[in-house]
Amino acid sequence: MAEQKASTSIEAVESGLAAQGYIASRQIATAVYLSQQIEKPILVEGPAGVGKTELAKAIAAWRGMKMIRLQCYEGLDEAKALYEWKYAKQLLYTQILKDKLGEVLGGAQTLHAALDQLHDFGDVFFSKEFVEPRPLLQALEQPGGCVLLIDEIDKSDAEFESLLLEILSDFQVTIPELGTVSAITPPTVILTSNSERDLGDALKRRCLHLHIGFPEQRLEERIVESRVPGISQTLRRQMVGFIHEIRSLDLKKLPSVSETIDWARVLVLLQASELDTDIVKDTLNVLLKYEADIEAASPQVTTFIAKAARSNVFG
Amino acid sequence: MRENLHRFFRAARGAGVHVSPAESIDAMRAVKQVGFSDRAILRDALLLTLAKSQDEKLALGDSFDLFFSQPELREDPPEPDNDDASQDSDQSPSSGSASEAGEGQPAEALGPLAQMLLSQDRNAIAAAIANAAGAASLSDIRYSTQRGIFSSRILDAMGLQRLRDELDELTVTSPALAERLRAALDALREAVRDTVSQGLALYAREEAENLRNEILRNAPLARIERRQVAEMRALIRQIARRLRERYSKPRKRQRRGHLDVRRTLRRNAAWGGVPFLTAWKRKHRDRPKIVALCDVSGSVAQVSDFFLLLIHSLHEVVDDVRSFAFSSHLIEVSEILEENSPEAAMAEIMSKVGFGSSDYGSSLVDFEKEFMSTLTPQTTVIVLGDARSNNLDPRADILRRISERSKRLVWLNPEGRLAWGFGDSEMPRYATFCSVVRQCATAHQLERAVSDIVATYQ
Repeated sequence: MAEQKASTSIEAVESGLAAQGYIASRQIATAVYLSQQIEKPILVEGPAGVGKTELAKAIAAWRGMKMIRLQCYEGLDEAKALYEWKYAKQLLYTQILKDKLGEVLGGAQTLHAALDQLHDFGDVFFSKEFVEPRPLLQALEQPGGCVLLIDEIDKSDAEFESLLLEILSDFQVTIPELGTVSAITPPTVILTSNSERDLGDALKRRCLHLHIGFPEQRLEERIVESRVPGISQTLRRQMVGFIHEIRSLDLKKLPSVSETIDWARVLVLLQASELDTDIVKDTLNVLLKYEADIEAASPQVTTFIAKAARSNVFG
Repeated sequence: MRENLHRFFRAARGAGVHVSPAESIDAMRAVKQVGFSDRAILRDALLLTLAKSQDEKLALGDSFDLFFSQPELREDPPEPDNDDASQDSDQSPSSGSASEAGEGQPAEALGPLAQMLLSQDRNAIAAAIANAAGAASLSDIRYSTQRGIFSSRILDAMGLQRLRDELDELTVTSPALAERLRAALDALREAVRDTVSQGLALYAREEAENLRNEILRNAPLARIERRQVAEMRALIRQIARRLRERYSKPRKRQRRGHLDVRRTLRRNAAWGGVPFLTAWKRKHRDRPKIVALCDVSGSVAQVSDFFLLLIHSLHEVVDDVRSFAFSSHLIEVSEILEENSPEAAMAEIMSKVGFGSSDYGSSLVDFEKEFMSTLTPQTTVIVLGDARSNNLDPRADILRRISERSKRLVWLNPEGRLAWGFGDSEMPRYATFCSVVRQCATAHQLERAVSDIVATYQ
C-alpha cells in the first residue's frame, strides 16, 4: 500500500476526491477504497464522458502521485506499451567498443579461449542500460508509486490483454533477457473501457469491475456545483433536470457528464439565470453531437423545460 | 459470517454469475475491509469483486437483496437472541434455540420447541428456523420437488418429534394448551415452507440452468420453440467461443520453429554478423481453407439460422473461409459474415437468398460456374443442408467434381439417417461423393462436427 495518504475509509476517499473536484458516488468511492486495500486494479466501464478517465486523474492529484497514461489502440504491442531495446545505442556502443574488444581478447590464443573470454561480456548489451521503458514499465519503476491509467483497453487487440495479465495480478513483468521486474510500490491501476469489445475473462477476473453510468440528478448537481462554481442554484437544478429528460429520449449519443459541464459553462458565459426555450435551442449543439439528435430533441425542448422547472419546485 | 458468504457465493452462481474460487477469495478480502455493518457498502463491495459485467451486476444485486432479506443472515444464531435472557448457564448448547423460560408458562416440562412456540417470540423462532435450515443444509436444495423433504428435515431438526409426543399428551391433560400449540405449529409449518421456497429461489437456479442447457444442447434444432431460440443462440455462441478459444491461439504459438541460422546471418550482415535480429524457421502447415455451403431454404429455415451462426464463428477461428448460401440459387456471403454482427449478417443473408424452395442442382451449377476455382487440394468443403431438392435434378455430378478438386467433402445433415433417401431426399446419391456424412441435428452434434473439422488443421 502506498504510504502517501493511504485512505482509511470510504468517506476519506470520497472527500479526498471531492477536494480535487471529483464528486464520486458511493460505488466509485468503495471501488477506489477497495482497490487500495486489496491491491487490485479497477476496470471502469460505462458510456463516454461520465468521468472514467477523470477518476484516474483525480486519484493521482489527490494522492499526490504521478499519473502514467497508456492510451490503447488497435495494434498496440509490447514494444510500445512495455519496453523496447535501444538497438541504435547497442549498435553505437559496439562500434565504439570495437577497439576494446582487442584488449579483452588480447591474451587468447585460440578461438575457443577467445570465445570463453567473450562469454563473460556477452550479457552487457542486454542489460537495463539498453532498455527503453514504455508506460507500463515506467509505472512499475516509480519509486513512490503512481496511478497507471490504461485508457480504452477495449480498443486494443485481444493479444495485448494477455500481455497485461502479469502486470495486473502481480505488478511485475518478465523481460526475457533481464528477468522479472517487480513494482517498487504497486501502482494504482485504472483500466477504462467503452465496451466496444468484450474483454477476456482472465482480465476481468483480475480487476474490480466498476460500472459508471449517468449519475443521479442530485449527484450530477453536485458535480456541476464543484466544476462550474459561478452557476446559480436554480439554473443548476433546471439544467440538470433538463438533461435527465433529454436522456430519456432515444438518441444516437446521449449527453453525458462532460457535456453537462460544458453546457453549464456555456450558460454561465451567456449569463443565463434561467432556462428558456430560446437559450436552450441556441445551445443545444453543446449537448447533442448529431444533427439527427438535435432534430429529435428540438420539439421537446419546451415541455422538458417546463418539466424541469416543475420538479425544481418540488425538489 | 464466512459460512454465510459461502452460501451467498452459491446463490450468486445460481443467478448465473460465475464465481471462481479466486474471486470468492477476493470478495472475502474485500468484505474483511468494509465489514458487514453497512449493508449498502457490503453490497457494493460484493458487486465490485464478483460481477464482471453490468448484466451480472444486476443479477447479483437481485440475489443480494433476496439473500439478505432472509432471516438466515440476521446474525450467527446462538448468542444474540439469548442476550436478553442473560443466563448463559442454563442454555443447553445443543440447539441454540432460545427458550424464553422466564415467561412463566403453565407447562415447564415441555420441550424447547413447544416453549418457544408458546412464548411467540418471533425473533427466536426465526433464528431457530434459520439454524435448523443450516443443519438440514438447505443450500443443497436443487429441484422444486425436494421442497417437502427439506421442510420436514427442518422441522425434524427443530424437534418436531418431541412436540408431537407432547401434543398427544396435552390433548388429554390440557386440551386448551394443545389447541394453542397446534395453531402455533401450523404457523411454524408455513414459515418453514416459506424459508424453503426462498432457499429454492436462491440456490436452485444454477442447477436448473445447467439442466436446461443440457436439454437444449441435445434438442433437435429444427424443433426449438420460439422462446428457446434466444437461449439456443446464446448456447451456440458459447460453443463458437469455445471453439475459438481452443483453436485460434495455439496455432500462432506453435508456428515458430528452430533458429534459421542462414537467414539470421544474412539479415545481420550489416552489423558484421552480430545477430541483432533473429530469424526463425516456420513450421510449414496447410493453409486452412474451408468452403462452406449453407442451405437457407424454407425447409431448413430454422436450422440454417444456427448453421449461419456457426459459420460466422468459423470465420473468426479460421483465416481462410469462404461461405456461400443458397436456396434456389447460390451467392457468396463471406463478406457479409465478416463485416457484420451475427444477427445483422443472418438477417441480410436471409433477405437475399433465404426461405425459397431449395434447388440443389441449380445452386451447384452456380457454384461450379463461378467459384469452382476457389477449390484447391487443401480445401475442406462443408455442406450444410437436408439434401431435399424438390425432385429437381440433383446434379450429383457437380458434387463429384467438387469432391475431386478438394481435400475433403463434409456433409452435415439436420435430418436423421432414417429419413435419408425417402421422399425428395437425395442424400444417398450425394453421400457417395462425400468423405464424411454426419447427422447434425442438435447443438451438441454441431459442436462435435465443427470441432473435428477445425481440429484437422491444428
